[in-house]
Amino acid sequence: MAAIYSLYIINKSGGLIYYKNYGSAGRMDTNDTLRVASLWHSMHAISQQLSPVSGCSGIELLQADTFDLHCFQSLTGTKFFAVCEPGTQQIESLLKYVYELYTDYVLKNPFYEIEMPIQCELFDMNLTQSVQKDRVALLGQ
Amino acid sequence: MAPVAPRSGDAIFANIEHVNCSWTVQNAELFTLTYGAIVRQLLTDLEEVDEVNKQLDQMGYNIGIRLIDEFLAKSNVSSCVDFRETAEVIAKVGLKMFIGVTASVTNWNAEGTCCSIVLEDNPLVDFVELPDTYQGLHYCNILSGVIRGALDMVSMKAEVTWLRDALRGDDVFELQVKLLKQVPEEYPYKDDE
Repeated sequence: MAAIYSLYIINKSGGLIYYKNYGSAGRMDTNDTLRVASLWHSMHAISQQLSPVSGCSGIELLQADTFDLHCFQSLTGTKFFAVCEPGTQQIESLLKYVYELYTDYVLKNPFYEIEMPIQCELFDMNLTQSVQKDRVALLGQ
Repeated sequence: MAPVAPRSGDAIFANIEHVNCSWTVQNAELFTLTYGAIVRQLLTDLEEVDEVNKQLDQMGYNIGIRLIDEFLAKSNVSSCVDFRETAEVIAKVGLKMFIGVTASVTNWNAEGTCCSIVLEDNPLVDFVELPDTYQGLHYCNILSGVIRGALDMVSMKAEVTWLRDALRGDDVFELQVKLLKQVPEEYPYKDDE
């Protein structure tokens, strides 16, 4: 079964605001995850400059031999990216769904400060439910 | 994967409210009355009408900066080509999705940076009468704040003001939205410039 290894959410300025590890391999400590997030933020921005045509919105998919990295950037600059097994399907729709969960359970939480790390129970709960769903059966969203 | 088409404001509105008509009406009334209570309390606390206008705008701004993400997530609209499209999307999809009104966009200036959004009806002002002592109050100022906040988060600095207000005797609500400038996020590569 194709699976997701980890999920990251980074804010507009490139800071990591959410990290969730699902696989046992490639577990990183907090500092490493922060470094990876800011590296990705920079790479994403640089890729927009590298583009031969204007209007590039950045890297969407990075394929390596042992993993795929799917990235979704909202029009407000928040990036959602997931590291998963090569060939996993439907990750883009999962990331869009995580964006919806973010708007419903994080942004509507009055105690959540914008651009700060996410510590919202409801968000964690709903996210766990939806990722479990994706791992158990490969259904389209 | 083929991109998902943008959903119409109606479809999203129906989806969010679901259930039957009477439930939706009750929910809308609760919203109207709650907003009225907020304005009333602000008037009691701040006393000055200008202060209340400013506070409503600020509250709207705080809502707008968060609302924009929900709007983008649920409506699947793609990036707008120009400000004209932005204004249309605000009027037809945005306002419909959140307060159930379909507004129209008129009065474009020559450069295409300033327009009027006209709301025929407005659920915020159901049951409201503005007394003479509060004639300077922009009762729906929260809406102007919301639009300003939302546009700010998608790199557009705008100025939103009320041109016509049905509570003060005009027949419709008219908001003027003026695009001041586009400020795309720039990555600082060229330090020597």
